[in-house]
Amino acid sequence: MEINDFFILMKGELFLAVMIFLLLFIKVGKGMQNASLLTLIQVLLFVNFLVSLTFNREGVLFGDMFITNSLVAFQKSILSLGTFLISLLSTDWLKKHSHLPEFFLLMFSSLLGMFFLISSGNLLMFYLSLELATIPVAALANFDLEKRKSSEAAMKLILSSAFSSGILLFGISLFYGATGTINFSQLPGHINASAMQILAFVFLASAFGFKLSAVPFHFWTADVYEGSPIAVTSFLSVISKGSMAFIFLTVLYKVFQPLSEVWYALLMILSLATMFIGNLFALRQQNIKRFLAFSSIAQVGFILMGMSSNADMGLASVVYFVLIYVFSNLAAFGVVSVISAHTGKEHINDYKGLYQTNPFLSWTLALALFSLAGIPPTAGFFGKLFLLAAGASKGHYWFVIFAALNLVISLYYYLNIVRVMFMDKSRHPIQSIKNNRAANFALGICLAGIVLIGLVSWFYEYIQTLM
Amino acid sequence: MPNVIILVLIPFLPLASFLILGLFGKSIFRNTSGLAGTLSLFVSFLLSIYTSFGYFFEYGKANGIYQKLVPLKLSWLEFSNGLSIDMGIILDPISVMMIMVVTFISLMVHIYSLTYMKGEERFSTYYSYLSLFTFSMLGLVLSSNIFQIYIFWELVGVSSFLLIGFYYNKPSAVAASKKAFIVTRFADLGFLIGILVLSFYSGTLDFNTLIQRLTSPGSGELKTAVTTSFLGISALNWGLALVFMGGAGKSALFPLHIWLPDAMEGPTPVSALIHAATMVVAGVYLVARLFPVLALSAPEVLELITLVGVITALIAALIACTQTDIKRVLAYSTMSQIGFMMFALGVSGYGGSNGIGFTASMFHLFTHALFKALLFLGAGSVIHYVHSNEMKDMGGLKKHLPITHITFLIACLAIAGVPPFSGFFSKEGILLAAYEHNPAVFWLALATSGLTAYYMFRLYFRIFWYKASQQHKHHGEGGFAMMLPLILLAVGAAVAGFIPFGRFVSSDGSLLTLPFHWLFSIAPVTLGLLGIFSAMVLFKKENGKADQISSFMSRVYKLVYHKFYVDEIYLFITRKVLFSMVGRPAAWIDRNIIDGLVNLSGATTKAVSERIKVIQSGKVQHYGLYFLFGVIGLGVLLIYVIKF
Repeated sequence: MEINDFFILMKGELFLAVMIFLLLFIKVGKGMQNASLLTLIQVLLFVNFLVSLTFNREGVLFGDMFITNSLVAFQKSILSLGTFLISLLSTDWLKKHSHLPEFFLLMFSSLLGMFFLISSGNLLMFYLSLELATIPVAALANFDLEKRKSSEAAMKLILSSAFSSGILLFGISLFYGATGTINFSQLPGHINASAMQILAFVFLASAFGFKLSAVPFHFWTADVYEGSPIAVTSFLSVISKGSMAFIFLTVLYKVFQPLSEVWYALLMILSLATMFIGNLFALRQQNIKRFLAFSSIAQVGFILMGMSSNADMGLASVVYFVLIYVFSNLAAFGVVSVISAHTGKEHINDYKGLYQTNPFLSWTLALALFSLAGIPPTAGFFGKLFLLAAGASKGHYWFVIFAALNLVISLYYYLNIVRVMFMDKSRHPIQSIKNNRAANFALGICLAGIVLIGLVSWFYEYIQTLM
Repeated sequence: MPNVIILVLIPFLPLASFLILGLFGKSIFRNTSGLAGTLSLFVSFLLSIYTSFGYFFEYGKANGIYQKLVPLKLSWLEFSNGLSIDMGIILDPISVMMIMVVTFISLMVHIYSLTYMKGEERFSTYYSYLSLFTFSMLGLVLSSNIFQIYIFWELVGVSSFLLIGFYYNKPSAVAASKKAFIVTRFADLGFLIGILVLSFYSGTLDFNTLIQRLTSPGSGELKTAVTTSFLGISALNWGLALVFMGGAGKSALFPLHIWLPDAMEGPTPVSALIHAATMVVAGVYLVARLFPVLALSAPEVLELITLVGVITALIAALIACTQTDIKRVLAYSTMSQIGFMMFALGVSGYGGSNGIGFTASMFHLFTHALFKALLFLGAGSVIHYVHSNEMKDMGGLKKHLPITHITFLIACLAIAGVPPFSGFFSKEGILLAAYEHNPAVFWLALATSGLTAYYMFRLYFRIFWYKASQQHKHHGEGGFAMMLPLILLAVGAAVAGFIPFGRFVSSDGSLLTLPFHWLFSIAPVTLGLLGIFSAMVLFKKENGKADQISSFMSRVYKLVYHKFYVDEIYLFITRKVLFSMVGRPAAWIDRNIIDGLVNLSGATTKAVSERIKVIQSGKVQHYGLYFLFGVIGLGVLLIYVIKF
């Protein structure tokens, strides 16, 4: 390993680490005005995104502990972009917050954890970075300082994830016991479908299920999403899930290929249960954050379905879908966060007649929901289509048919919100909101993404070249 | 060879007008948006004429057979292993015919709306929606790729959703647009799965390649598609039947027709465009597009199409006899005529003189577009005059609306199949094809065509005769912009039958002469005249005979009046079954969908559902417990139940 390799291969991680220290210095030192600090951070996050796009090389560091290649680099840039957008979308809320440096300190630590997570080449590294990615978010969940629900969310997240980590560790140690190695490149040679290894695999998979909030490991999701500040909710539901989907792909396709029949069955069960239960609960929700939480659970069901194909197509379609999901879901969360920051309203009925007072926000939310529901020609349609096609590649049509029926159910509750905004009348609609430019800019980027990623075929083709 | 730029301009001019009117309609084009939209469409229409002239008379034929040309093909998305989605333009007789029909009817509607929609607050929005719809429809008919057709198919759905719901402060209009959108979406789901199945087995999405691979007897793709089966039906049949399901939804075939009558809540010119000439025939067009595969490799699906078509034709005609809202009568009549087109395809063979049904179906599509658009626009003119859709508010209007009266009469004669009007020729072709192929279908079709004459003339007499002419103090007939389309369409409806259609459109591209036998025509024409005569007896003067008959046959009449209770059956099923997605707006479903599920499997499910509710208790220790159960359950399942 040359020193040059180290700097280039780990440039994203190093950049984040430097930012974390910078924030520490600012906090310990004289401090800065919230507004200017926020601008600085947003610029740095944008630079971080640019850094993730350039000078990408393949390579391995620290004896297979850290792996990077063009696919991993692309995944990291999706996460960076998402974090940047979140920082823009929650400008109004953050400006008023008294602990701004800590907020980003924690968020960067978590992002750093995710970077290491998708680069990990070893079960130990995987475990450590998973913890690094999770624990700061639990602290972040508590950032609505005056609300009790926020503390409750933090508490539930940390307890649940501790529980899940325990089972994960159990699984890892079982694997170590059975194979004598924890290295991703050596594991496949030792893996077989013995009962012990299947059990260890289920333990491992439960940790992924937990972070992705797949049924039946999803219980924490709704409470945590509802209680956390929206910036954190969107971070959890988009960035955290995205990173977890990426590493799950690597682990399944590269490491557990010998168990592919086992995990096909597992994914099928999880996927069907997740999309169905997610839909069933999403239908009943009246709080818009809770609604988005359950609808994002249903979306995970589709991601799992795409994963099950065990082919390049599955890989490509999941990465493509996550990219679209980042834009669509952040646009939805963005509008919700703007409205919540200005009016404090989070009930779906509060959105009645929104179109009359806030046409831009209504259209943005409507397009985002169309994309989440998979209505053409938005990008979400193409994302879902490729996931369905990937899921169909094994020839289990009833699997696809069930998924497609779930798509129709989900169409209902997404369209319902559009109806509430556009067609219902209200005597006291939410007043006209003067949104700040940063948030509008971020919403604009999301909209462009929702429209263009589907229609411009370059994106999907580019992702295919990364396989 | 065709000029690609001109071809691209045909759909893109309406797109440009949609974008410009959508963005600047309220500022720059405040007063001229109607004119701007009409002009751009007029250019598009001229270009379509130019193209069709070139295709039919210059470059379309090779060795006397019309070719399927693909002058433009852009690879849009490399899917995987050689499967790519292209964006292309296909030129063959049916697509060329369709662009003529779409641009012409759309132009008529544009002109007509200049007066009809005048003073509407969102006038420019209306025109931008019209342009969007025209663009999507043109894109649909020109698609060279089954996936491309799906995208435009959805766009057509979205834009018709916007148009039907144009009067958005009318709750019934909103509900209707929602119903239309949802029923067709449900059908489109089948379409999408059908596309996936077809493309999976043929390894392509391109129409020409797909047809070639799935029709040549020796091809490996065809062999696997026929031999693989699911629930005892071959994959090829599944794929085609599912694609047909999409077509049936858009074309309002039984039993997916329930959205069409309600969709009449939209502005009347919109009904003329969408529900007469363009969108509703998209399903027919789709079946025609895949016709070689259906005819050569999947005759079973073709039989299904025949069955659905003939049932739709008959049921819709029966319902049409009883409706009192004039637009609904026309809606059911459209359904019935589309049923004709469908079963004509169903009874047709492929190639040479076997393909009479195909040619007749396309011919009927063409003539129907003319006379049905005319009927809707005429109805619009009547509604414009009396401000009501109900027959009871009409009667004796022939003096007040002379031009509407004459043109409406021509359209009624055409649809009733009275020679020498256009509908006569196309319907004869269909009946002849049915007679040769399947006598049962023929007799049903014959009865339906008699009913057609009856209900159309019931409508005609009820509007223009019936009562003595009353003194309406309303305005005049609606001005030049409304009368011009009526006259042009009436000329078309009167003489279009003399077009030697088989010289242009046939199943395999060869030249065909539609056979014609005077003796054969006697039965349908007599039956048609009988229908007209009985309508005249009953409705020419207000005489109560119709009421006497209907009270005499009250139970039958009631059954038919309530549209065979199809809506009610739907509601019944949807209350009981999970997918209660038709017939009521979303609010209703939100409340009932879970209850519907619960009722379905009784107390067991209820208990489970209650349990699920309890499970989300908010207590983190419970969550941990369920987590553990989940892990153990999965472990047991994977280790002991599903053995590897």
